[in-house]
Amino acid sequence: MEIPYVSTSRPDTGLYNAKLGIWLFLASEVMLFGALFSSYVLLRVGAVSWPHGYDLLNVPLATVNTVVLITSSVTMVMSWASLMMKNFSRYRMYMGATILLAVVFLVIKYIEYTGKFSHEIFPSTSTFYAIYFTITGLHGLHVIGGIIVNAYFWGAGSKMWKSDPQRFTNRIEIAGLYWHFVDLVWIFLFPVLYLL
Amino acid sequence: MESTNVEAVKKSVRTYILVFVTLMALTVVTVAVSSLHLSVGAAIAVALVIASFKATLVAGYFMHLISERKLIYSTLALTAIFFLALMLLPISHMLDGLS
Repeated sequence: MEIPYVSTSRPDTGLYNAKLGIWLFLASEVMLFGALFSSYVLLRVGAVSWPHGYDLLNVPLATVNTVVLITSSVTMVMSWASLMMKNFSRYRMYMGATILLAVVFLVIKYIEYTGKFSHEIFPSTSTFYAIYFTITGLHGLHVIGGIIVNAYFWGAGSKMWKSDPQRFTNRIEIAGLYWHFVDLVWIFLFPVLYLL
Repeated sequence: MESTNVEAVKKSVRTYILVFVTLMALTVVTVAVSSLHLSVGAAIAVALVIASFKATLVAGYFMHLISERKLIYSTLALTAIFFLALMLLPISHMLDGLS
């Protein structure tokens, strides 16, 4: 049996099903990160004193990571645009770049984390570090999830381009929506944790 | 129809590049402003305004929210209400402490 509305839009919603699905998932993600942001605000306003992120964290590395993640968002949307223009080889190039940039982001994060660990700084060190490691750790897990999905669409999953190009293009749009959300979360994390 | 689509996507690509350049410039502004070491209130206000503007660009153009279906707007409006409630919780706690 064929799954309905994977390529075409449902007449009542005007959307293919996966698009509504990913937006509902992203809505739940907003609440997940929202709960942690809310906890951060609660902990910060309730604290007697709160350190400046720029005194404790590596701002240059985080700035580079911001540039890396924003660039990966552009390459992601370009990979989808390439499929819309029926250019599969360009899609592979942009998707490959997105995956590479995501890996660079994680390597920089690894350098940041190990730098802290080598100075005996752990989540248990202070409330600031507890919330820093929790939020950036959860965000890092999302980056890993994105790499896995994108790597599948770059490799084995891309076979669908030949059998059902419209459905494959939709899949990349969905993966892109997730990836842009990961970028969007970082856009708030960076100033809130590192610069304030 | 097909060629119209391709033309529309080509036009979008130019917008993506413009958004990318704006996001980069705003990242530089964010870091530059933080190095001024403004008062905590002013620093938070500036950082959040710039971050919100950047987020609007990403959501509007990369996530295509600028031209999306009504059902997605409704879903996001509901999410925004719950998100706002989450953010108001610590603020109401703070006001409790003041009274």
